[in-house]
Amino acid sequence: MAFVTANWNPLGEAFYRKIELYEMGWNLKDGLRECLVAAAPYGGPISLLKGHNRRSPSARPQLEIYSSSGLPLASFPWKSGVVKQLGWTVSDDLLCVQEDGTVLVYDLLGGFKRHFSMGNEVSQSQVLETKIFHSPYGTGVAILTGALRFTLATNIDDIKLRRLPEVPGLQGAPSCWAVLTQDRQSKVLLANGSHLFILDNTACTPVTPPGLSPQASSIVHMCDSFSYKYLALLTDSGHVWMGTSNLKEKLSEVDTKIKTPPKQMAWCRRPKSQQPSAVVMWDGLLIVVGECKETIQYHLDDDSILVPELDGVRIISGTHHELLQEVPGACEEIFKIASMAPGALLLEAHKEYEKESQKADEYLREIKEQSLLSEAVRQCVEAAGHEHEPETQKTLLRAASFGKCFLSNFPPEQFVSMCRDLRVLNAVRDYTVGIPLTHTQFKQMTVQVLIDRLVYRKLYPLAIEICRYLKTPEYQGVSRVLKHWACYKVQQKEESDEVIAKAVSVKLADAAGISYSEIATKAYESGRTELAIKLLEFEPRSGEQVPLLLKIKKSPLALSKAIESGDTDLVYTVVMYLKNELNRGDFFMMLRNQPVALSLYKQFCKHQEQDTLKDLFNQDDDHEELGNLYVKASYKEQRLEARIALLQSAVDEYYKAKNEFSAKTTEDEMRLLRFQRELEEKKGELLVGFSLHDTMTTLLSVGLHKQAEQLYKDFRVPDKRFWWLKLKSLAEKEDWEELEKFGKSKKSPIGYLPFVEVCIKHHNKYEAKKYVSKVTPEQKVKAHLAVGDMEGAAEAAIERRNESEISTVLSRCSATTDHLLMERLNRAKATAVKK
Amino acid sequence: MAHTERRDAPGLPDFSLLKRLARDQLIFLLEQLPGKKDLFIDADLMSPLDRIANVTILKQHEVDKLYKVELKPIVSSSDQLCFLIRPRIQTVKWISDLVNSDKVAGRFRRYKIIFTPQKFYACETVLEEQGVYGDVTTDEWNFYILPLDDDILSLELPEFFRDNFLEGDQRWVTTAGSALHLLQSVYGSFSKVYGIGRCAKMVYESWRELMEEGEQRTRQPEFAKVFLIDRDVDFVTPLCSQVVYEGLVDDIFRIKCGSVEFGPDVTSSDKSIKVMLNSQDKVFDEIRNEHFSNVFGFLSQKAKNLQTAYDKRRGMDIQQMKAFVADELKGLKQEHRLLSLHIGASESMMKKKTKQDFQELLKTEHSLLEGFEIRECITHIEEHINRQVSMIDSLRLLCLLSITENGLLSKDYKSLKAQYLQSYGIEHLLTFANLRQLGLLEEQQAGETLTVMESKVGKLVTDKTVGKLTDAFSSLAKKSNFRALSKRLALVPKSGEEYDLRVPRDMAYVFSGAYIPLSCKLIEQVMERDGWTGLEEVARMLNGQEFAVTGGCSSSEARNKTDAQRIVLVMFLGGCTYSEISALQFLGKERGCRFIVVTTAITNSARLLEALLDNGASV
Repeated sequence: MAFVTANWNPLGEAFYRKIELYEMGWNLKDGLRECLVAAAPYGGPISLLKGHNRRSPSARPQLEIYSSSGLPLASFPWKSGVVKQLGWTVSDDLLCVQEDGTVLVYDLLGGFKRHFSMGNEVSQSQVLETKIFHSPYGTGVAILTGALRFTLATNIDDIKLRRLPEVPGLQGAPSCWAVLTQDRQSKVLLANGSHLFILDNTACTPVTPPGLSPQASSIVHMCDSFSYKYLALLTDSGHVWMGTSNLKEKLSEVDTKIKTPPKQMAWCRRPKSQQPSAVVMWDGLLIVVGECKETIQYHLDDDSILVPELDGVRIISGTHHELLQEVPGACEEIFKIASMAPGALLLEAHKEYEKESQKADEYLREIKEQSLLSEAVRQCVEAAGHEHEPETQKTLLRAASFGKCFLSNFPPEQFVSMCRDLRVLNAVRDYTVGIPLTHTQFKQMTVQVLIDRLVYRKLYPLAIEICRYLKTPEYQGVSRVLKHWACYKVQQKEESDEVIAKAVSVKLADAAGISYSEIATKAYESGRTELAIKLLEFEPRSGEQVPLLLKIKKSPLALSKAIESGDTDLVYTVVMYLKNELNRGDFFMMLRNQPVALSLYKQFCKHQEQDTLKDLFNQDDDHEELGNLYVKASYKEQRLEARIALLQSAVDEYYKAKNEFSAKTTEDEMRLLRFQRELEEKKGELLVGFSLHDTMTTLLSVGLHKQAEQLYKDFRVPDKRFWWLKLKSLAEKEDWEELEKFGKSKKSPIGYLPFVEVCIKHHNKYEAKKYVSKVTPEQKVKAHLAVGDMEGAAEAAIERRNESEISTVLSRCSATTDHLLMERLNRAKATAVKK
Repeated sequence: MAHTERRDAPGLPDFSLLKRLARDQLIFLLEQLPGKKDLFIDADLMSPLDRIANVTILKQHEVDKLYKVELKPIVSSSDQLCFLIRPRIQTVKWISDLVNSDKVAGRFRRYKIIFTPQKFYACETVLEEQGVYGDVTTDEWNFYILPLDDDILSLELPEFFRDNFLEGDQRWVTTAGSALHLLQSVYGSFSKVYGIGRCAKMVYESWRELMEEGEQRTRQPEFAKVFLIDRDVDFVTPLCSQVVYEGLVDDIFRIKCGSVEFGPDVTSSDKSIKVMLNSQDKVFDEIRNEHFSNVFGFLSQKAKNLQTAYDKRRGMDIQQMKAFVADELKGLKQEHRLLSLHIGASESMMKKKTKQDFQELLKTEHSLLEGFEIRECITHIEEHINRQVSMIDSLRLLCLLSITENGLLSKDYKSLKAQYLQSYGIEHLLTFANLRQLGLLEEQQAGETLTVMESKVGKLVTDKTVGKLTDAFSSLAKKSNFRALSKRLALVPKSGEEYDLRVPRDMAYVFSGAYIPLSCKLIEQVMERDGWTGLEEVARMLNGQEFAVTGGCSSSEARNKTDAQRIVLVMFLGGCTYSEISALQFLGKERGCRFIVVTTAITNSARLLEALLDNGASV
């Protein structure tokens, strides 16, 4: 273990270490010389464009994409225009910015995705320099044009081009520039000689970094940190100025004593580190600068590039891939020579324990005496996370585990999750996968994103293994991966629909939360309609099935699926879609076969399109409904003529439907309407629209008896109704004389009890009594009771020997006044019962 | 109380939770449109909304003015308009017109439509067609269930009946399914589900789908069984005059959303009083399920008791008096107030109901149910129509006649229809068409063939085997087999036997001992047999579509005889009457279980038939 510190270099208070990540698997003839190189952060892929400066059409440059370990992912000849810059988006897509401002987007396996333009102004004055940057809003592109103006897009997924204001006094290209993200805005910081300017949306503001050494006449290089919080400037005098990126505070200034302009400069700072530090690279030389005067110098054998990371800098050369970082606190505590930190002692104790030496106990006691054992365990666990060598990781974790044995209630989560994380990290760091993530980066990017990246690389089995291992909920984990797999699978042209559908269904069968419709959409998009339909069969949610079926023009299937689902809303969706899509005839034909859809559409038409409803009925030869429709329309119509015309149409339809009853009734109504109007004109009585009954009531009440009689005859009004009508209206007017005459005109079809009752209702007992004698024997008792003639009622009841009638009378008698009567009734009741 | 409650009757789940959920969501939605806004509410949502969130709560969430949706131009000076509506095309059209007229006038406002309980695609289509889709934001208020009482839950969707059974529009099926899903997710899953009817089956399917999509929660269920029943399984019951107190109050005064407005004739003052009718009202709670003839006796007894309680004051010393005023007086006063209201209501009802007309109406109804003296009934109905006594009552009797008699003879049908049209106008041609479509009022035809409509609906039943019991017209699916059903299920007690309404012996008491509600009898039978075994014949006569499914929770849990196992949820699709609720309460007390009624709306004969009118007013 002694050699852990072998690659450590001190700088001020801290140590820096350079770890080899991979020996590159690629075989580059000229290294990285004359290549356009871009490497994605978080151990992402590397893209190379060789010979991009050659303009002859015969020699096409080659675009190559490699994993971080140098395994080829894609390679193809570049056929488009001259590329100025390569870069990666946050979701591992490759951006190629061309001279004319066109940006081409490829996925990391070299598949072309799309392209977009950075605007007319850019394409006219050509791209001079480009920077691709990441902000909280996504990946952005900043361009300096030949006209020395900046154009900026903050998020390439939602392009809003911003042209920044002009920089006063700028004659040629600025000596250097960078994109900053401040106050939720992307700004450009540029240096023109010794002058610094900040360009935002509206203005160009000159700024001065505090305490910049006066010897400098020009700023030759600048870079901001991974988090955009800090800024480093390199002057022509060889000084590196480091400070906050808002230029309010200076952190340090170091003289590198090298005055030639560097190739690249990058921040190299751990989160929460005490010391700001940057890495500057020249040909064959790398210098780490920090707070103190000293620097660390490394020699480089080969052309290299720097890839800034969250917690360090990766150095990629033609043969090697290394990570340069400040040694994390926990590692320093444990491995620093002669360290007495609790973690270091625990590690030592464990070593002795393995050697079965009693010294183990001494070390342990020492930690325990200071009651720092839990701190020791924590240090070991943390340090394990920062180590790349599995052996070292194991040693540290074993020590931690050993220490844990002497603690009673130490929470196990940290240890367990670290073991899991490391297992995953070691798996993805593997040469064949080539994602050299540090633990800090992994925590920052989250498991979800890591899974996504594996999916982009089509490493489905590994992704699923990791999901299962980390027990990610199925919906976010395994199912999601499987869905991506299936989406990829359906695009494989060489296999038949059946084979793919089967393969997909077998794999996805028991996974929860799979959306087959999404997979089917993919299949449809890659031109495999039949496969899409097959896949949709597996989709349990009709709500997802139907829209896609419509999209792929399988509307009859969509309609029947929608109806099957019982979801009316879905049926509506399809019906409305079809209505716009098909011609009327076809549309109606389709509805005819689907009664549910038809009745829904009718409902809709009732409110929105009455005429369509008519067409629908017409097509079905549903004359009955058409008739009803006309009748309905008729009473919305105010003008009488129009109303009658509509009713006539209804009559015609009813006849066609062989519904004579309705036809006749409607004809009657037309007659009635005409009659009413005529009378309205003559007598000024408001009648139109009344029912026959109401019309007659009105006529009788205003004394138009003749007209009422006419209606009675013309419309074959039943006698009973007429008698009721007349009886009521005469009583209403209290025309008792006329009533008597009417009563005597012929034998009443409704009997005479109603006469009695109607008189009583109008409080005319005298008149009522006149009719009592005429009432039929069955109703006599009721009639007598109605006029309050107890004697008569009793008489009638006894005569009829009807028990229930006698009881009724009895119940109406009062004990005080009708004493004798009650006795008689009771006697009669007794005999009636006997019988 | 005439019948005492069994002591082991299970307790009920707390449904006020549903109100709280609805209120919280509504407040959340209102907050989505920050700042002062005017709120327009669909007329039929007013009362339900009041039960969820009153004006004070709405004002707290920056609702400035409240308007009723009247489908007329509006006067509002607010810059933000919020509409709380049922998803109806008409209303959405009105809103679109409003937005468009604002646009023409160059007025800028923000509009938000909150659909409840859900939005429909058709409504969004209207917004799109009217070109205002982008101007309006839409939201859903998932207010599915309003608890009207401890054991009555209502979806408050009266249009469910017409839409589903008449128009064949199944849009509300998912709503009913979601309502069940909501109950399940709040109160736990069910061990068994029974149902009968096409709609019931669809609702169950929709609910099952929701269950499968959502996560399964394993918790102690609060109900054991669910029974889903379509209104068109039993039309007879809602068509009968109600004689149980609560039903009678509904028939006469119309209970709206659990509260009723008593007019001046009841309150014996010049004002109307709005009263909530639920179990909180102790007086009402005791008489709601009583036959009307018992109510007066009960109320006068109650009045006497009250007097005695007041009389306690005499001979009290100061200390006792103080305690009396502090503890009892308020309660007594409250009871006094309610008592006088209910006495007033009873008097007013008595006046109406003891009239000869009503007695004869009841007599006719009973004869029809018994199938006795049909000719006389027809004559009575004829007179009823000719005298223009009541549009709805005449129609009701016609329907009862048709259902109990398996349709009217052609001669009778034509003459009665003609007379009805003469009395109430030709528009009712459409009403008759509707009634026919629903099978409520039909004409017997010799050698009847299936009509176009019915073959389309595809409700064809192939039942040659039923021939023995049913007559030649059984090929028609809609046809009612009331007579045969009545015999088989013993719905109509033998006539001549005295029925003591004070001590009811079966559910028939809700119709003066003349008829046991078919719907309730069916529920009783299915619960007793734990399924449809032995009821196959009955189910076939009701056009089948019956089902029984073992539900969410495992059988071991179901065997666990907890209180919950004796709570039965009955869902009426298309509405239920207070009489049916009373009958179920009675059944529950007899069997030591509790019934919770979920209904799409409370209905009665008048509401049922009014929904089927197609005269000028309702279009």
